[in-house]
Amino acid sequence: MVRFCSLQSAVEAAVHDGDVVAMEGFTHLIPFAAAHEVIRQGRRDLTLVRMTPDLIYDQLIGAGCAAKLLFSWGGNPGVGSLHRLRDAVEHGWPRPLALEEYSHAALATAYDAGAARLPFAAFRGSPGDLARVNPNYRSVTCPFTGEQLTAVPAMRPDVTIIHAQRADRDGNVLIDGIIGVQKEAVLAASRSIVTVEEIVDALESGSPNACILPHWTVGAICVVPGGAFPSYAYGYYQRNNAFYLAWDAIARDREAFRAWIDEHVLRSRPESFAEHAARVA
Amino acid sequence: MSLNTPYTPDELMTVAAARCVENDDVCFVGIGLPSAACNLARLTHAPGITLIYESGTIGARPSVLPLSIGDGELCATALTTVSVPEFFRYWLQSGRITVGFLGAAQIDRFANINTTVVGEYDAPTVRLPGAGGAPEMAAACERIFIVMPHSRRAFVERLDFLTSFGHGEGGDHRARLGMTTKGPVKVITDVCVMEPDPLTRELTVTSLHPGTTREKVENATGWPLRFAGELAETPAPSARELEVLRRVRLETENAHKGKEQACPPR
Repeated sequence: MVRFCSLQSAVEAAVHDGDVVAMEGFTHLIPFAAAHEVIRQGRRDLTLVRMTPDLIYDQLIGAGCAAKLLFSWGGNPGVGSLHRLRDAVEHGWPRPLALEEYSHAALATAYDAGAARLPFAAFRGSPGDLARVNPNYRSVTCPFTGEQLTAVPAMRPDVTIIHAQRADRDGNVLIDGIIGVQKEAVLAASRSIVTVEEIVDALESGSPNACILPHWTVGAICVVPGGAFPSYAYGYYQRNNAFYLAWDAIARDREAFRAWIDEHVLRSRPESFAEHAARVA
Repeated sequence: MSLNTPYTPDELMTVAAARCVENDDVCFVGIGLPSAACNLARLTHAPGITLIYESGTIGARPSVLPLSIGDGELCATALTTVSVPEFFRYWLQSGRITVGFLGAAQIDRFANINTTVVGEYDAPTVRLPGAGGAPEMAAACERIFIVMPHSRRAFVERLDFLTSFGHGEGGDHRARLGMTTKGPVKVITDVCVMEPDPLTRELTVTSLHPGTTREKVENATGWPLRFAGELAETPAPSARELEVLRRVRLETENAHKGKEQACPPR
């Protein structure tokens, strides 16, 4: 049963210390406001899951929320390293971070299997050292052809958090543009939080084939305009590439990072994201 | 501009990469140099080329080069946009993509690449971004082009981690593993072009860029390097190629600096 509530209340109810948490959005619709709320509430020992950790997990890792990371590509796209992720892996700061590493194809398929409530995903794997360092890469024999395929366990997060353009008053959610793996991630999870730009009377998807999560598949909906900043919400506001470039210097230095988190996360609120929101008329 | 227009090693590398793709290719495009090369090809000799970014944008025609593979510009100009699981399963792993470009932190003589760690996996000296789409690209694209600057640190005798399989241990290693695609067919660096030997699959220098010497390339490579009997000189970029590449890069730089940009259409 979908619940409309504040982001603070949604995170309090759905995200617990030690949970497996997926925050998805493939470079688009990244739920930054929700991640900041998780940092503010001081969650610890999380296993974070995300195909592309991006700045959002750099922030959560640097703030000490994570014990483990499941991922497939961890960089600042087009810019360089995620310095907080690297500092945690290379120097254990602010705490050591265990890694469980996949390729994009493996992790995307694992979410797909999770959404289908299947126990594992099978695909034509590629030889390489990933299978050597990740014991969750196994193999399975096709019962029809005898072909050896690679298998990874289905991804079933305790909670998935996404950002979407809008929901209607019944709680149906529209995801538009680059849809990434969000539908699969929500359907694979036990609980979910969706932050949206706005609540509307009618979704106006413009297509009968739009990517929609029906209200009975969604846990909590929170209105947080601008909540995907500095990533973007297609049809609302553009990716702030300048921020992605500026993050490199902030994240490179532990003190600069702490000061940024203090000012923009700990002493801030979800409402502050609204200044980044704008809707195309 | 005259034929003697000066150009940078990076521009030559990008232009040489662009010339590898043809009008009817379907390209898996990564951010950075591959994106610049593929869009340069689209804006010059290959207007019909299909560009696919791993964000699921099929047939993207960006006017500004994206900073990330998921910029709104890609979705707004694409023929269609599919989910990420669909992209990898229906489009990449099914074998529908003809060309993939890869870069790497390390490469070995059989064009296997490392984008995961420098040093030990459990205690790395440098933690790199990881696999992303590369392992399955290297397996499923019909042919792979690797583009990266030439240095002893990058062209190594032994990889610290094998992220994406090139020609394995050489010879028919790919075929023995059941792969039917060609794998890496060319490595383009800032000093030369290398191609795998038809039999052993060991990378062999087939073309030197203008102004480069064999010694310079040998010194930048961490294994005893083989050269083709008939060594070509890489053609310099044309005035038209340089003009288009510089215009696109300038527009991109301006667009990424700007904080306020026009919103993509819904």
